[in-house]
Amino acid sequence: MSDAGQPTLDTAAVRADFPIFDGPVNGRELVYLDSSGTSQKPRQVLDSMHAFYVEANANVHRGAYYLSDQASRRMEGARTKVARFIGATEAEEVIFTKNATEALNLIAASWGRANLQAGDAVVLTVIEHHANIVPWHMLAAERGIELRFIGIGEDGHLDLSNLDTLLDGAKLVSFTAMSNVLGTLTPVARIAEAAHAAGALVAIDACQYVPHLPTRLADLGVDFMAFSGHKMCGPTGVGVLWARREILEAMPPFLGGGGMIANVTLDGFTTAELPHKFEAGTPPIAEIVGLGAAVDYLDGLGMEAVRRHEVELTSYFLRTIKERHGDDVTVHGPSEPSERGGVFSFEYKDVHPHDLSQVLDEHGVNVRAGHHCAKPLMKELGVGATARASLYIYNNESDVDRLVEALDDASDLFSF
Amino acid sequence: MAGLEDLYKEIVIDHYRSPRNRGELETPPAQHAEGLNPLCGDEVHVYVQVEDEVITEVAIGGQGCSISQASASMMSAAIKGKSLAEVRELSTAVKSMMSIHEQSLEDDDSGVLPEPPEVELGDLEALKGVVKYPVRIKCATLGWNTLAEALQS
Ligand SMILES: Cc1ncc(COP(=O)(O)O)c(C=O)c1O
Repeated sequence: MSDAGQPTLDTAAVRADFPIFDGPVNGRELVYLDSSGTSQKPRQVLDSMHAFYVEANANVHRGAYYLSDQASRRMEGARTKVARFIGATEAEEVIFTKNATEALNLIAASWGRANLQAGDAVVLTVIEHHANIVPWHMLAAERGIELRFIGIGEDGHLDLSNLDTLLDGAKLVSFTAMSNVLGTLTPVARIAEAAHAAGALVAIDACQYVPHLPTRLADLGVDFMAFSGHKMCGPTGVGVLWARREILEAMPPFLGGGGMIANVTLDGFTTAELPHKFEAGTPPIAEIVGLGAAVDYLDGLGMEAVRRHEVELTSYFLRTIKERHGDDVTVHGPSEPSERGGVFSFEYKDVHPHDLSQVLDEHGVNVRAGHHCAKPLMKELGVGATARASLYIYNNESDVDRLVEALDDASDLFSF
Repeated sequence: MAGLEDLYKEIVIDHYRSPRNRGELETPPAQHAEGLNPLCGDEVHVYVQVEDEVITEVAIGGQGCSISQASASMMSAAIKGKSLAEVRELSTAVKSMMSIHEQSLEDDDSGVLPEPPEVELGDLEALKGVVKYPVRIKCATLGWNTLAEALQS
């Protein structure tokens, strides 16, 4: 992907757009390496939300008055931007949720309850975030559906050797497009094709994919896709469920209330058209507007360039940490930068991830420590927790250097 | 290293490197509980044998960060041979050592200094530095909370 001569990112210019990098944080220059947790926000996004509140704030789809119309236009404009950004054919297929977690729960609760009976199988993978496991456990407890898991094979990739067996009789395959722990890019199109051939639908958790790679739904070939706005320069409080129109139309509503109905009587209700059928109650309007601005921002950088930057910095990270620390450091996940994103779970000597992240914090280096909401994967890896550094558009080689250098301090304090 | 010496006191690191009373006890007669910090996956297993209201044996298992494991080790050394009443007092004193400081941080200009704990804390005092790192208080109290569970079981 890293074609020589193609433009990558001007990280200095990108950083200048993010106010959090303006000054010291807790007295130290910030090295932010937890964008898989949540990304930082550019001024353009913050300004768009501020502008919404000062220029156009009203509830949406409610009044005939000018302001309400303005608010609705801004919100629906953001929907169109998001739809284009992921290559959806219709804006109405983009459902705004609270976050990816709610989007995945929506699939399980609405599509799952309507389509799955006892004995039906849903195929997941062992590398999933809890958000794509627990909703299915909940449905399994309620409905007696069977959960099957694709395992992990060589070099942090999925083990697809028994895929046909796992797919036999399955109704849905739901899996992550990129692991938030290993960085692994999964073969979405290949799994989708096999699943469809076996008569199953396909959902992807694209939380770590949409912010980092050009997303073309037509190439992915899936039926559902979930992601969160806050990991792609947008605000917290808004996520997206995309699904094909026929599927959404056949699904029962998720939450009931205002905004999602066509008519209500004392005897019952009928649902509104898409997308409103799945958006009960007042939506997070300002956040949706902010997500629209985030999409504009990323489009401005160009997602091809974003991906090239990440592949380059991933190569630099893997090379530099090995050169400096050799066998003292273990980085989980694929060794080939083109097969992964810039998310690195790593072990350093015997230093516990919690202690590691505490020592790094002393240097202003922000990395996450813990199970990253993927406890089954931690078990597969044979660890209780890992430290995790993750890269995004504003990170540069100096950030990687600072992390790599700060590890020496952890060594001084903890090696024995 | 600069800044962290309050947290990683020598004695804390010593208990982490050479944990005291590491192992298991047969249950019964011993009582047992396993504590888990769901945020970070730290685990502490506590085994205690109680005879005539006195903790006669204690063993600690589990895995996790230096603070969770050192705190459990220090706890095991502190409670062995103590009466249940003394252990309860110790536990309260350790926890209040952490939360007293939390309050005084929030309420800086109150002019009220935290009451010194009435119980002799000994080595356990070394964990005082944890209050400056609120995220780690859960690690430091995991052993004590698990002990309480073991005693109830
Ligand atoms: C792969 C993956 N799935 C799901 C989630 C859940 O996202 P959210 O907490 O925004 O719903 C995350 C983020 O932590 C993630 O990385």
